[in-house]
Amino acid sequence: MTRYDSEIIPFLDLEPPSSVDRREFLRFLGGGVVVTFSAADLLALQATSRRRSFQELPDDFNAFLRIGEDGRVTCFTGKIEMGQGAFTSLAQMLADELEVSLDAVDMTMGDTDLCPWDMGTFGSMTTRFFGPPLRAAAAEAREVLIELAAERLEVPTDQLAVTNGVVYDTTDDNRKVSYSELTGGKKIARRLGRKAVLESVSDFTIVGQPLNRRDAVDKVTGSARYAGDIRRPGMLHARILRPPAHGARLVDADTTAVEGVEGAEVVHQGDLVAVLHEQPDIAERALQLVKARFATPKADVDNETIFDHLLEVAPPGETVSRGGNLDQGNQAAVSSVSRTYLDGYVAHAPIETHTALAEIADGKLTIWASTQRPFGLKAEAAEELGLPEDKVRVIPPFVGGGFGGKTANRQAIEAATLAKLTGKPVQVAWTRAEEFFFDTFRPAAVVKIDAGINDSARIAFWDYGTYFAGERGSEQFYDIPHHKTVAYSSSWRGTPGSHPFATGAWRAPGNNTNTFARESHIDILAAEAGMDPVEFRLHNLKDKRMQRVIQTAAERFGWTSAPSPSGRGHGVACGIDAGTYVAVMADVDVDETTGRVDVTRVVCAQDMGLVINPEGATTQVEGCIMMGLGYALAEEVRFTGGQILDTNFDTYEIPRFSWLPEIDTVLIDAQDSPPQGGGEPATIGVGAMIANAVFDAVGARVLRMPMTPKRIRQAVEEARQGPGSSRHG
Amino acid sequence: MMSLAALGGTDYHGACINREIIMKNTIRFSVNGRPTTVQVDEDRVLLWVLRTELGLTGTKYGCGEGLCGSCTVLVEGEAVHSCQHPMKKVARKDVMTIEGLANNGDLHPLQTAFVEHDALQCGFCTPGMVLRAYSLLLSNPEPTRQEVIDHMENNLCRCGAHTRILRAIQTAADEMAEGVRS
Repeated sequence: MTRYDSEIIPFLDLEPPSSVDRREFLRFLGGGVVVTFSAADLLALQATSRRRSFQELPDDFNAFLRIGEDGRVTCFTGKIEMGQGAFTSLAQMLADELEVSLDAVDMTMGDTDLCPWDMGTFGSMTTRFFGPPLRAAAAEAREVLIELAAERLEVPTDQLAVTNGVVYDTTDDNRKVSYSELTGGKKIARRLGRKAVLESVSDFTIVGQPLNRRDAVDKVTGSARYAGDIRRPGMLHARILRPPAHGARLVDADTTAVEGVEGAEVVHQGDLVAVLHEQPDIAERALQLVKARFATPKADVDNETIFDHLLEVAPPGETVSRGGNLDQGNQAAVSSVSRTYLDGYVAHAPIETHTALAEIADGKLTIWASTQRPFGLKAEAAEELGLPEDKVRVIPPFVGGGFGGKTANRQAIEAATLAKLTGKPVQVAWTRAEEFFFDTFRPAAVVKIDAGINDSARIAFWDYGTYFAGERGSEQFYDIPHHKTVAYSSSWRGTPGSHPFATGAWRAPGNNTNTFARESHIDILAAEAGMDPVEFRLHNLKDKRMQRVIQTAAERFGWTSAPSPSGRGHGVACGIDAGTYVAVMADVDVDETTGRVDVTRVVCAQDMGLVINPEGATTQVEGCIMMGLGYALAEEVRFTGGQILDTNFDTYEIPRFSWLPEIDTVLIDAQDSPPQGGGEPATIGVGAMIANAVFDAVGARVLRMPMTPKRIRQAVEEARQGPGSSRHG
Repeated sequence: MMSLAALGGTDYHGACINREIIMKNTIRFSVNGRPTTVQVDEDRVLLWVLRTELGLTGTKYGCGEGLCGSCTVLVEGEAVHSCQHPMKKVARKDVMTIEGLANNGDLHPLQTAFVEHDALQCGFCTPGMVLRAYSLLLSNPEPTRQEVIDHMENNLCRCGAHTRILRAIQTAADEMAEGVRS
């Protein structure tokens, strides 16, 4: 199974547009040199066979690059900027290939009328899969410009070079011509040829340099626009009547009291009851006047009973990978350990709640939305409102955090529906309670592992079953002769009847849960062998890249050999995500009385191939570590049936300044390998790193995330009751 | 336009709405040094008046309950949660929002430090972070790291820019103390 199967296909629920007249784009673009490429080209550049699933992808433009008549470069990409830094890193790639200054590059992101189809911004795919064709397109454009310059200067192309957007004759620097002089009055469109010669890494002047974010000034002055900041004449703010629980049905609603509120409009159509007003807070107050009754189904599962429920309803397993023979491995083992690991539901909780503004003018619907999938939303809105796709335009302004949660577009469909029903522009901005209610949580999951070691501290067999986490990150990478990995529900969306509400992709989906289980279990085996956890890993690894990231982290951390529990509170975990290899190490303090865990220091070593923007990549690692502390130590959505009990940050705790450990990031220099994902990998090991550090500190093993103070105290208590008491937890 | 003439009723969770006629009030205050008059119900909170009456959208809604700090603004130099701050409490007061921090386009040292330290990702919590930090430096120009952490504790950042935000605040404090920029 390839990464394309496991990462991309789960997102392709939506059908790509069948036929959209791409020539329309050219009308927008005016003069200059334009390069296009298609989704098919993109996959070809990745040297991947075209899989059946991708034959539905549109075989037309997938990205645009323009060098305008003023010499400025514009990148048109369906990707969006939600904090991950593509606004900066894609511009860096373009600037390098075209040999222009970074200031000469403009980014147009996610606008479905201006940018060609894109499946969405997720899966750490922007740099990996969009980067190479973008670079190739830039190289193509450069070739066109050089050819134009050769004509103009009357010299052969191989005698020309480019600096800062000026082509010059290498035998006489005074003979030169700028890009703007070359593109002026021209209208040249080129489709990307696949053999464009890319600049080699050593020629890069901007890629690989640490750069500050290009959107930073707008963001520190308050002038950066998010979906909720867009204003249209005559717009109304909507507040929508919500059910008390998922699965609850509206019995009746009496909205007559709202009539007394000046300026308030009511929409009541079927189950949709909304109050609209020019002021969002007055709409909210008016909504409180609605009398409604709901029929709520009896709750049959909650955040404690969910794990038994999931095991009961689990679909038949699908083998992710296997090798050797488990029985044979079992016989070779001198010691074996079986454990069950649990992980609760986790919310995305971006600080910007799902927000959208929809306007219908002259038969065309425009939606400004906080979304990670603008083209998906375009198709969904067209279907919902019965419009042809070319009558829908989605414009994503800056997105205030996504983490996978803004791949779901419910708020935008609500805004579009209300715009149609009222005939006015309508903004829907979810309250924090609505955000917690409609979030597509990271799924609760169970992982069962049975594994053993032989008499030379080698892992003899590995029997791994993952239930509902998703299969990403489930495959083990150690040198184990007899192994089997089975996924029961390979998707993070679950199966019908499994989860009481929607679940979805959460930063490094599947991998956080799987890495917590795998790396906890590896440490348990190391302890069985009486061996230092880092040494045990290296002893059982053949993969050179993984060995290198572990060794790099250990060196920076100052890891010294000692079997756990050593009393020091040191923990390690490693894993692979989005093509990137990562090892993390932590130093923790555990208060055995309160159960409080304080992570004081984290080292992360990461091999992510060629690093486009080291500053951006380091920032992503730090974000991953911080976000990881949340899911590892505190974050868990509490619920009774379809009722979500956490409605705000008072009970749902996310990491704060006081949690901040010292974070030391090492990006391994791997310039010769292609760039890999950076927005997600560093978060996958945080759970196991802390669980292992807790065990190292106090000899207590926690098998369930989040590792709340209560669960730590329980584990400490079990450890005190004697070895073996938690052996089959 | 702003009056809410509630007729009394029951919401869908069963809480009673008081029967009351809320009048428009004239409230005069200063926003970013500019004298401002609004005609609004005095119980409305500052956040929405800033965002929808005055068009100052740099102040963000994050939680609506004073739990995340995204809506932080300064009233008389004190950081407050504008989502919890009724208009009647800003009458005749000076309000500063993120739009008022830069001086004629020149970034404040805190803003410059946030840019230079990459102390933001999605940027949504950033205005609140900057203003919360600004309120600290007004009262304590040379804070210790622990004092910065304590002061910033209730401003939430989901992207995890914490380490850089602390660095940026420290840098700005140092520069302001040295009088490099003011």
